[in-house]
Amino acid sequence: MDPTYRWQLDKEKMKKFLLTGCEAAAEAAIHAGCKFYAGYPITPQNRFPEYMSKRLPEEGGIFIQAESEISAINMVFGASVCGFRALTSSSSPGISLKQEGISYLAGCELPAVIINMNRGGPGLGDVTPSQSDYFQATRGGGHGDYRTIVYAPWTVQELYDLTYISFDIADKYRNPVLILADGILAQIMESVEFKKKKNKLPLKKWALTGCEGRQPNSIKSLFLTPGVLEKHNWKLYKKYKKIEEKEVRFEKYFCDDAENIVVSFGTCARISYESIKILREKGERFGLFRPVTLWPYPYKELEKIIEKAKRIFVIEMNLGQMLDDVKIANRKNLPIYFYGRPGGGVPTPEEIITFLTSHLQGGKRR
Amino acid sequence: MEVVYKKPESLKEEITTYCPGCGHGIIHRLIAEVIDEFNIREKTIGIAPVGCAVLAYNFFNFDVTEAAHGRAPAVATAIKRLLPDRIVFTYQGDGDLAAIGTAEIIHAAARGENITVIFVNNAVYGMTKGQMAPTTLPGMKTTTTVQGRDTNYHGYPLKVCEILSQIDGTSYIERTSIDSIQGIIKTKSAIKKAFQYQIENKGFSLIEILSPCPVNWKMEPIGAMKWIKEVMSKYFVPGVYKDKGGK
Repeated sequence: MDPTYRWQLDKEKMKKFLLTGCEAAAEAAIHAGCKFYAGYPITPQNRFPEYMSKRLPEEGGIFIQAESEISAINMVFGASVCGFRALTSSSSPGISLKQEGISYLAGCELPAVIINMNRGGPGLGDVTPSQSDYFQATRGGGHGDYRTIVYAPWTVQELYDLTYISFDIADKYRNPVLILADGILAQIMESVEFKKKKNKLPLKKWALTGCEGRQPNSIKSLFLTPGVLEKHNWKLYKKYKKIEEKEVRFEKYFCDDAENIVVSFGTCARISYESIKILREKGERFGLFRPVTLWPYPYKELEKIIEKAKRIFVIEMNLGQMLDDVKIANRKNLPIYFYGRPGGGVPTPEEIITFLTSHLQGGKRR
Repeated sequence: MEVVYKKPESLKEEITTYCPGCGHGIIHRLIAEVIDEFNIREKTIGIAPVGCAVLAYNFFNFDVTEAAHGRAPAVATAIKRLLPDRIVFTYQGDGDLAAIGTAEIIHAAARGENITVIFVNNAVYGMTKGQMAPTTLPGMKTTTTVQGRDTNYHGYPLKVCEILSQIDGTSYIERTSIDSIQGIIKTKSAIKKAFQYQIENKGFSLIEILSPCPVNWKMEPIGAMKWIKEVMSKYFVPGVYKDKGGK
C-alpha cells in the first residue's frame, strides 16, 4: 500500500484505524457508497482532497480537483442529478462560495453531502478552528426559503458515523446535508471503528440517466407559472417539518440532577465536557447538553432538560450564534450566561471552569 | 407516401416561449434532428443554461437538467464522468458561457471533458431584455450601453472560439451562423460532427452559433439575419478554429 496512507488497511487483524478527521470522513463517505468527490484546496482540510484523489478511484469512484469551490459544488450537483452519492468538503471561505450551489440543490431537491471544516472568519480570517459558521449552516446560507440538515460531530469517530449516515438521510429526504466540523476535527488523529460498506443503495427513479424505457426526466428549481413556486415552497416546508419531527439528535451528560446546564456543540462541547467532569468531582451540579443536529435544533429536548435547572451556560467558539437557539428553547426564562471565543480562539478547560464558577452566584446576563 | 419532413422525435409538442424571429428555435431543432439521426435520444442528457434557453427541458424530449448560471460545464463534467456511455451536452448563451461561467467553460475545456457544448452567441443578454453581453460588439447599443459599447469604457468582446482553440484540451471548435439557409445547413453539420466526436470519445467540442435576437436588437427578423451577415460575422468570423480529428 502507498506509504502516504497513515494507516494500513488490514481488515483481518485490525478493527480500529488511526485516522485524521479528514481521512475518517472520506472513508465514511466511501463506505456509504459515495462515488463522486469534487474539491478545491483550502486549509485546514487539504488532506481531504489529497486523500480522496487516491482512495476514490480505487473504489471505482470519480475524484475531480475543481477550478473553484463554485465549480466543485456544481459538479456535485451534476453527480446528484444522475443519481450518484456525491460529496464535497471545504472550509469557511470555500463554503461561502458553495452557497449558490447548495441553494440549487435544495431547490431542485437533490441529495448531497457537504463538509465544512470551519476556520476563523470573517473574510479570509485565519486557518485555526472556529464555530463561526453556525448561522450560515443553520439559517440557510444561500438564497431562498430552504433548510439543510446540519450535523455537528465532536470526535473523529462521530465525524465518521455522521458522515456515514448523512448519505442515507440526504437520499431519504432528497435534501443536502451539511456537516459542521472545525479545523481541530479535520486534523486531529483518533482511532476509528469502521462500519460495513453499503452495497445496496436506494433506487432513484427521478435521476437523469437517459430516458430509455421511460418518459424524460428533468431537474429544475425554476417555476415561472404563477403560484407554482409557492406550492413548491410549501412542499419543501412539509418536508422540513417532517425532518424536524424525525431527525433531531442530541446528547446529554450529567443532566439528571444538574442545576446548571451547559449547552455547547462540536469541539467546544468536548472541551466543556472536560471542565464539567472536573466541576462534578468538586460537587458542583453541572450538566452538558450537546446538540448533534444544529438543524433541526433540539428545542423541545433542551426545554425539557432545563425544567429543573437554575441557570443556562452557552459556550461556543464564536460570539454567540447558537445562543439564539438556546434563547428560543428557554421559555422558562432562566438566566443565560455566554462565553465565546471568536476568530479561531479555542478555550481551555480551565478557562471554562473560571467562567462557569464565576456565575454561580448570579452575575451579568447575556 | 414517403415522409420527407417531420417534427424530430427529440422535440416535444410544446408552444414556443421564444420571441418572434429568435434563433433558439432553429438551433433546438438542429440539435433534435442530429440526436434523432444518431438514434441517441434515450441516452442523451442535456444541461440547460440560465438565460433564454432555461426552459429547454420543456422543448427537448429527453433528459434535461437545470444548472446554475454559467455552471453547466461543471454539471456536465460530473455527469459524463459518472456515465461515460451517455451523450452529454450543454446549451449555453453568451452571458452564461462567456461572462459568469468563463471559469467553468475554460477549465472543462482544459480538462478535455468528452462533452459537446452548444454556445449561442446573440451579443446581448436576451432574457433580461438586452443588456451588454461579453460578446456585444464595439459600438453596439444595448440597455446598459445606450451610447453604444465604448471599448475604452466597457472593454472588448470575448472571442470564445479563438480563446478555446488555444487550449490543449479541446478537440473541435467551430463558429457558424444561422443567418441563411447555407448557414443553417453548415451549423447542422457542425453540431453533428461535435456529437460524432463525443460518440467516438474524441473529447471536448464547442460550436458557437451566431444567432439573431431581433427583439433586443430592435430589428425586424429579416433585418437581424442581415445584420449577422453584414456586421456580426465580420467581428466573430465563422470557421473551423480547431479540429484535432481533421486532416
